[in-house]
Amino acid sequence: MRRTREPGVPVPLLVPAVLAVAFLVLPLAGLVLRAPWGELGPQLAGPAVGQALRLSLVSASAATALSLVLGVPLAWVLARSRARGRSVLRALVTVPLVLPPVVGGVALFLVLGRQGIVGRWLDQALDVTIPFTTTAVVIAETFVAMPFLVISVEGALRAADARFEDAAATLGADRWTTFRRVTLPMVAPGIAAGAVLCWARALGEFGATITFAGNFPGTTQTMPLAVYLALQQDPDAAIVLSLVLLAVSVATLLLLRDRWLSRPGAAA
Amino acid sequence: MSLTADVRVDRGPMTVELDLEVADGEVLAVLGPNGAGKSTLLRVLAGLLPPDSGRVAVGPETWDDVLAGVHVPAHERRLGMVFQDHLLFPHLSVTDNVAFGLRTRGLGKSAARAAARDWLARVGIAELGDRRPGRLSGGQAQRAALARALVGEPALLLLDEPLSALDARTRLTVRAELRRHLGEFPGSTVLVTHDPVDAMALADRVVVVEEGRVVQAGTPSDVSRHPRTDYVARLVGLALLPGTGAGTTVRLDGGGRVAVAEETAGPVFVAVRPESVALWPARPEGSPRNVWPARLVSATPHGSTVRCELDGEVPLVADVTATAFAELGLAPGTPVWASVKASDVAVYAR
Repeated sequence: MRRTREPGVPVPLLVPAVLAVAFLVLPLAGLVLRAPWGELGPQLAGPAVGQALRLSLVSASAATALSLVLGVPLAWVLARSRARGRSVLRALVTVPLVLPPVVGGVALFLVLGRQGIVGRWLDQALDVTIPFTTTAVVIAETFVAMPFLVISVEGALRAADARFEDAAATLGADRWTTFRRVTLPMVAPGIAAGAVLCWARALGEFGATITFAGNFPGTTQTMPLAVYLALQQDPDAAIVLSLVLLAVSVATLLLLRDRWLSRPGAAA
Repeated sequence: MSLTADVRVDRGPMTVELDLEVADGEVLAVLGPNGAGKSTLLRVLAGLLPPDSGRVAVGPETWDDVLAGVHVPAHERRLGMVFQDHLLFPHLSVTDNVAFGLRTRGLGKSAARAAARDWLARVGIAELGDRRPGRLSGGQAQRAALARALVGEPALLLLDEPLSALDARTRLTVRAELRRHLGEFPGSTVLVTHDPVDAMALADRVVVVEEGRVVQAGTPSDVSRHPRTDYVARLVGLALLPGTGAGTTVRLDGGGRVAVAEETAGPVFVAVRPESVALWPARPEGSPRNVWPARLVSATPHGSTVRCELDGEVPLVADVTATAFAELGLAPGTPVWASVKASDVAVYAR
């Protein structure tokens, strides 16, 4: 009973669609075309690039780890608990998702800065200063990227059949055991997808990082910051750095596609 | 370790209010249409849903007592549950699924696996232990689910439509095996089903639940021979007509009279088997004392016969052969005459 559709796309839809593709793809193509391929090796081998790349990878991974440790339990609370005010909680959690990152940076600074509500206490009581350190980079990235993980994992939890958790309960598993031995393995693909998304977002983080952590090579200058700085001094270096980030983004996308293709149940 | 449960659960517009007792080794079937509250009952017994009032006790243990503030959570109840679509954990092997309950209750890994393998052998799928549930057939998965429910030696076994997801042939063999395992199970069993055949084949006793209440209880054969509601009558293929008896005539509540073979008095049920109803294109001459004009409402193939639902003064269900159905030229709305011998009409007190 399948109806074969009329082939072809109507012109009023086709023209904007083609324009949209061009709009999205041309800048990236330009980046690849303008790349100084001959200098690629030396540029990448330069100490500044390596330093920024290493810092980016380390801080994005740390931010993702922190997001997993805090975000997965939060996603469970949003998806499974019957606590009141869950919708308010969800709204609060998603604010960083739509907030301009630079505002997030300002907010973090006001709270964790040396004169901030928490920061002052940290500074005086524990002699710990957060702003303009690598820790600040990780915190800024976590602030911006964790909501991606929470939303993604919450979706996976909602899609997972909660009756498996009932079955586990009838087999003597309390809620914590059920979470560890049934829920977590079943939503693992969703958590992985959320972690990749979170990691990619953390890797590209700019606004909150530069506001809260500053732009110091070696400690807080991540790849996006390095690109921005390089563009003013050495455009070729900026292009090379951008290419690296583009490659990482494409790899992320491929990784996610594989995750999305192998749903639980479909997996043998 | 017999089960006694007397619970009430408010489910929006419907209230489920049931009072059950199941002895050791006894199988109670809870039979009823969808939405009758059967699954709610099982969830309460399993501890997944706290009742709004009442008690649940198994042997000396009280699992729920709303007045005393007692609610033992599901994972602390000694029970096994088999779900309609098995709910084997997809990320664990079949053996680890069966061993799961033993592991959560503190048994070591190898001991739990050994016990799981024993049970897989008992349900006849010893060779499938290393597979993932996704690679089992429906019947194999349901056998594994039964092993998972029974391996922990529960005091109470709950079966939630355990056969309804299986195809007809598999259902037959799994039903026979389930019957054997239930026979060996020393605890109480509650089987929820909407299939009367499951209830008849597996249960020692049947309660029929409609709209959250027990409408009939008895042995399987008693319930099937003397249905007390239209739902049960339809399930077992009888037309059920309430009326008032006077001598060998029953005046039906819905109008019309039925001649019966036995003398009766007072409120009675009249039950007519579909195969004892004959259909005629015109009023039949001769002996039958029960002849009514009727109209065909619907006709569905039913084995080698056609089941005809009739409307009229006396609503009936008739089974006629496909040949007879064609010769009568029946179509929905066609007027026909229906006849039943008085000796083919069952009559019993309401």
